[in-house]
Amino acid sequence: MLDTGAESLVFELSRPGRRASSLPSLDVPAAPADAIPATARRSKPPALPEVAERDLVRHYTRLSQRNYGIDLGFYPLGSCSMKYNPKLAEDVAAMPGFRRLHPLQPESQIQGALQLLVELEAALCAVTGMEAVTFQPAAGAHGELTGLLIMRAFHEHNNDRRRRVIIPDSAHGTNPASVRLAGYEVSEVASDARGLVDLDALKRLIGPDVAGLMITNPNTLGLFEENIEHVAEMIHSVGGLLYYDGANLNAIVGHCRPGDMGFDIVHMNLHKTFATPHGGGGPGAGPLSVSARLAPFLPAPRPAFDESNGRYHWDQGDARSIGRVHSFHGNFGILVRASSYVRALGADGLRHVSEYAVLNANYLAAKLRDVYDLAFPQSQPMHEFVLTARKQKARGARAMDVAKRIIDYGFHPPTVYFPLVVDEAMMVEPTETESIETLDSFADAMRAVDREIDENPQVLHDAPLTAPVSRPDEARAARDLRARWHPNHHADAHESSLEGPEEKPSI
Amino acid sequence: MEFAPHTERDVETMLRTIGASSVNDLFTVIPASIRLDGGLSIPNGHAEADVLREMAALAARNQSADDLVCFMGAGAYDHHVPSMVWAVLSRGELATSYTPYQPELSQGVLQTLFEYQTMICELTGLDISNAGLYDGGSALAEAVNLATGATKRRSVVLAGAINPHYSGVLATQGAGLGLEIRHAGWGSDGLASLETVRDAATDSAAVVVQQPNLFGCIEDLPALAEIARAAGAKLIVHQDLTASGILEAPGALGADVVVAEGQPFGNHLNFGGPYAGVIACRTSDVRRLPGRLVGETVDRNGKRAFVLTLQAREQHIRREKATSNICTNQTLNTLAVAVALAWYGPQGLRELGEQCVARAHYARDRLLEQAGATALFPDSPFFKEFAVRVPADPEAVCEYAAAEGFLAGVPLSRLLPGRGLDDALLVAVTEKRSRDEIDGLVDVIARACKEVG
Repeated sequence: MLDTGAESLVFELSRPGRRASSLPSLDVPAAPADAIPATARRSKPPALPEVAERDLVRHYTRLSQRNYGIDLGFYPLGSCSMKYNPKLAEDVAAMPGFRRLHPLQPESQIQGALQLLVELEAALCAVTGMEAVTFQPAAGAHGELTGLLIMRAFHEHNNDRRRRVIIPDSAHGTNPASVRLAGYEVSEVASDARGLVDLDALKRLIGPDVAGLMITNPNTLGLFEENIEHVAEMIHSVGGLLYYDGANLNAIVGHCRPGDMGFDIVHMNLHKTFATPHGGGGPGAGPLSVSARLAPFLPAPRPAFDESNGRYHWDQGDARSIGRVHSFHGNFGILVRASSYVRALGADGLRHVSEYAVLNANYLAAKLRDVYDLAFPQSQPMHEFVLTARKQKARGARAMDVAKRIIDYGFHPPTVYFPLVVDEAMMVEPTETESIETLDSFADAMRAVDREIDENPQVLHDAPLTAPVSRPDEARAARDLRARWHPNHHADAHESSLEGPEEKPSI
Repeated sequence: MEFAPHTERDVETMLRTIGASSVNDLFTVIPASIRLDGGLSIPNGHAEADVLREMAALAARNQSADDLVCFMGAGAYDHHVPSMVWAVLSRGELATSYTPYQPELSQGVLQTLFEYQTMICELTGLDISNAGLYDGGSALAEAVNLATGATKRRSVVLAGAINPHYSGVLATQGAGLGLEIRHAGWGSDGLASLETVRDAATDSAAVVVQQPNLFGCIEDLPALAEIARAAGAKLIVHQDLTASGILEAPGALGADVVVAEGQPFGNHLNFGGPYAGVIACRTSDVRRLPGRLVGETVDRNGKRAFVLTLQAREQHIRREKATSNICTNQTLNTLAVAVALAWYGPQGLRELGEQCVARAHYARDRLLEQAGATALFPDSPFFKEFAVRVPADPEAVCEYAAAEGFLAGVPLSRLLPGRGLDDALLVAVTEKRSRDEIDGLVDVIARACKEVG
């Protein structure tokens, strides 16, 4: 359980004259008085907190005790692959030979870093069935935008102006947002009764102005798109490209490859499939792999190996490259962790990842499906499954109530209200690193919560009862916007209302 | 080495519950035509000790800023990373948590982000900071998106010398939305040429300036703000936050949007990432702000609580109408910025700025006096970075210096090829560089220029 005591803001701990920092003694002459023009000088110091280091350490330690991570317990967030993050990778990332490299050092000084990248590229290509990788994208959505800009550059290179990108209605919100940023329009294709892309609907959407299709497989409902080869054929037949959103790659690693399904562009979330920590919302890494015909369009520079001299170097690409999407080379520290993970698991280990992930999801679904309805009972889930709390809603408890109550049983809740196409959705992804005992105790808790709907309904509306806070007033947060601390906090001006829809996905 | 806990007995029990006879049964939904039967062409796995040895061997093939005294900058700086930063952020409760969508389980991350947002408002002089972006380059691209959306204009003016890595990201990401980039270059003083900027600013969405600029020189923000205001454009400032203890906050000088690279506070060099993108704006633009925003509220029982707010801007609610596509960002690195800023405090931040200025001026003076270097922009004020011309090929100088234990700087021809800067070197001097180290650099550059020149 988390610490439920209050913790002051760091500004409230501040006392004039205290400090934590120590700077080297100034062993050079002070700069001339006019080094900085008087007009450019700061007039009033920023109101940073003045706190001793011991008090800062206690502050952040106490704050950490008000936060839930995988290291504390089960985190079955659907579409997020919250698996165990090996500590080995942290040790490697902290090696000075990686952590203390400047991004602009000459190639002769960074042979190990370049080798690491070239070898990781080979491993990621083996997993995806693609030919070349850019490591620049910092996260999945960043990879999406990069891939769509490559799609655009490819079509424009062929003097082919296209307008639309097709995505399933169950897609993650980043997909349509990325499509728009790449200058394309979104065409949404419906899911059929089995939760798969509706092929007739897709046929109606296809035309010569389609730049491509973006999809996860297994899809966002956790179901394998068994007609994927046919879908690929349909898109390719009008000159479009197929984009694989790697959000669900954890389900298929070592069993099948996007490249063999017909995909042209694939991003991976290394903070999902390759076990790097999520960090409270990043840093992740979203490397993008592409087929041979798209490789010239990748962002430059790319790490490369010259067999003739046995040296690694940066390949600057040519005019076809879309340019850079990151200030430097991407989230190298995360790439180091992923590389450690690949080396630890190897080919067999990676194949077991998807096997145990799928086994765990199917086991947990089997333990829950008599109490909570599966959204698509006729389809076998892969690494995650979607429940619908419609039976529970009829008895007076919403998916959000179940989610909040499950916190009192010591678990992080599943993803709720996503995908949007499922009523009262609860999306569960146990991942491969959870034991049967954990899955059993989570299933027991979910069943107990269901019984409480009839036996003690009030507790579901009040839940959580044991967390540091309970059901914060989100409408008030938006209406009366306070996005920073002020010394005279309660005299703040009010911000006009700007509320989201009532049922928003909670991932 | 694997991390799944399953015993054979567990697997049997689970398969029985599912009603499947083997794990492979669960994969039959994948058509045979695309099944990967041969396995992955990846080497076999290794034990932890073996992986550590292998990775240490790779690390040993690099020369890091621990091996060579670092005077390189251009967007990544060797500032001190306080020991406490990663001591607290390595805690599993923070490092292994997801995006704080469930506020009841995320008050630690949310409150620290709220504190971060406050500190960024203080440093930038603006009303609202978001909870972080990827890095300094993508933050600039997001700021320009904000400006084009707010002004309904499609062009942006890059005023003066802007790090080409940042403007490169802007150009790549702007391609999708048809962004027009107007380069208003720098004058002989290394500063944005105000006349050129004024001409280019007509009908533009934003004027972008880097403060201090790529050459380390301090730009005239009030004058640029005036030009932007007259043109109905936003002023976007890409600010070096380490200067904010001594340089006036851009928001107080007319900036509408401030972006920054958060790396210098609490984040290691990391070969370029993960870093932390910073963005702040005025209250009037908050609905166009990209990414997450943490707000204060109260819970069911009246307790202070922090939540993600104004989510109607974001992709998971608004889909294609969102202000940005960003989802996972760089939260842990953003937290590092907050922890480091709390460590510095107002007094430490001012000293940090004063030390950078003093050490950089000492270094430039010695290079001019003793190494035959000439200042590229002798009369323009500068902060912690400066450009000098050296009487030898800067690449050769850097190679010579590396052999003697120094990362001497960044040859400007690498950043700005074909601009007549083939003999110019960009040198960054942080508070960490001692007089001995600076004297050592000056000595090695002097010798290098004689020997390779």
